[in-house]
Amino acid sequence: MNIKIENLTKRYDKQIAVDKISFEVKTGEILGFLGPNGAGKTTTMKMITNYISIGEGDIKIGDKSIRTEADILKKFIGYLPEHNPLYLDMPIIDYLQFCAKLQGLQSTEVEVRLREMIRVCGLNKEKHKKIGELSKGYRQRVGLAQAMIHDPEILILDEPTTGLDPNQIIEIRKLIREIGRTKTVILSTHILPEVEAICDRILIIKEGKIVADGTAETLRKQAQGQEILKVRIEDGKPQNIQFELEKLTSVASAKILDETENRFEIQSKNGESSKRPIFQMCLENQFVLTESVPFETKLEDIFRELTT
Amino acid sequence: MKNSLLIAKRELEAFFDSLIAYIVLVLFLGFSGFFTWLYGSDIFFIGQADLRGFFSIGYWTLFFFIPALTMRMIAEERKTGTIELLLTKSVTDREVILGKFLATIFLISMALVCTFPYIITISILGKLDWGATFCGYLGLLLMSAVYTSIGIFASSTTNNQIVAFLVALIVGLFFHLIFSVLIGIGGIIGLIFQQLSMQTHFENISRGVMDSSDLVYFLSMTAFGLFLAELSLSKRKIAD
Repeated sequence: MNIKIENLTKRYDKQIAVDKISFEVKTGEILGFLGPNGAGKTTTMKMITNYISIGEGDIKIGDKSIRTEADILKKFIGYLPEHNPLYLDMPIIDYLQFCAKLQGLQSTEVEVRLREMIRVCGLNKEKHKKIGELSKGYRQRVGLAQAMIHDPEILILDEPTTGLDPNQIIEIRKLIREIGRTKTVILSTHILPEVEAICDRILIIKEGKIVADGTAETLRKQAQGQEILKVRIEDGKPQNIQFELEKLTSVASAKILDETENRFEIQSKNGESSKRPIFQMCLENQFVLTESVPFETKLEDIFRELTT
Repeated sequence: MKNSLLIAKRELEAFFDSLIAYIVLVLFLGFSGFFTWLYGSDIFFIGQADLRGFFSIGYWTLFFFIPALTMRMIAEERKTGTIELLLTKSVTDREVILGKFLATIFLISMALVCTFPYIITISILGKLDWGATFCGYLGLLLMSAVYTSIGIFASSTTNNQIVAFLVALIVGLFFHLIFSVLIGIGGIIGLIFQQLSMQTHFENISRGVMDSSDLVYFLSMTAFGLFLAELSLSKRKIAD
């Protein structure tokens, strides 16, 4: 099921939390929702799950509007809210059964899905405990299990991997990727490598507005503009090599990073690549090119640039 | 309705898991038993085989116990955030309120059923008016329904359980006592207060007089309380 968000706006008193955002998420797509604290990520998610009302604009799931058909649409949504609230006094199995039945599963399906969720979320060892007795990571797994128990078409996850250890994070990411193949997933997170690892598409919002929308690669290209190479060229004096590098027409600047190891940082002119010219230059001057690493702008930098 | 029952079941399990249910049952039986059989104007003092004494004790004990039962129902869920998880499942706000109401009423019914041995004992001691006894129990149950709905409403307005308890108690106190005092004003205003007072209607019904106006009072008060609770829960969805 596709999610289509049109001119969504939400005000709290006079403060605008979400300001006319529009985007679309298609089936089989995992959308990463990024933004600094208070940017409006959680508010948007709460509107999609119909916990709070939509201010202006509309959210369409499939071809139904959440304004008018929320009661039907809720069945298709699995939601893991921020801070993962759970009934601490309930045993895991009872809780998951409770959730499954509330979502309208038949009792035969409940058992099948329950077993599936316990296996998938790795809850087998702890399944007879009360939720209150679990560690944070296991509670997070229960939170994920309750969101997915009715096999929803749409999964809304507000910071799904907080509190998990690195092994669990990898497992949960794998799980989300797998689900994302056939379902529609929106997840918010603060962990930027996570977005790259899981998401097909990234949406960065700031003060309620969308400031970037695209895959990690397109965002990088937008932010980067110029090609930056880190190279090591041996068999020559660093100054000579620098001089030869700067003679190349595609090179904007060449900087010596390390004189003893002959390392350079080369910035190309806009839209041009210096990889081949550098190689040619080395051949002509009988230098030896031993390393060449394209420098990638980190998502962190893009994020910082867009949101501050 | 199915969802309401699911929620009611969960609430009941929470009552029993947290020992609240046992404490309430024991205290209710303790209080009502003590005052019915052992102390003050008890049955042996009056010397009549009826349960009037028990009903007037129940009238007060339930008044205090019900806010204690309902105070956590929504306030706690608001505080821990589980309300968000619950309401984003495919349930309506009304089903949630109704589920919590049913759970409380069920627990109170259990407490009342536990006093059925009193009936047996008294019916052995003398000739018992079965009609009045039935009406008395019905009166207690209907009164409980009213206070439960007020309690759930109070709980839905806050995320602090103590506040919920006190609000329920204060609102309840008006119906329980203050309005009946205000009947003394006389005139039309006095009549209005008479109609609003819980005491008027409870006394009618526990005397064995089942009037449709009393039934209307209890049921409409309950419905109104639950309606307010639903409204207060849905407030988050009112557009800005």
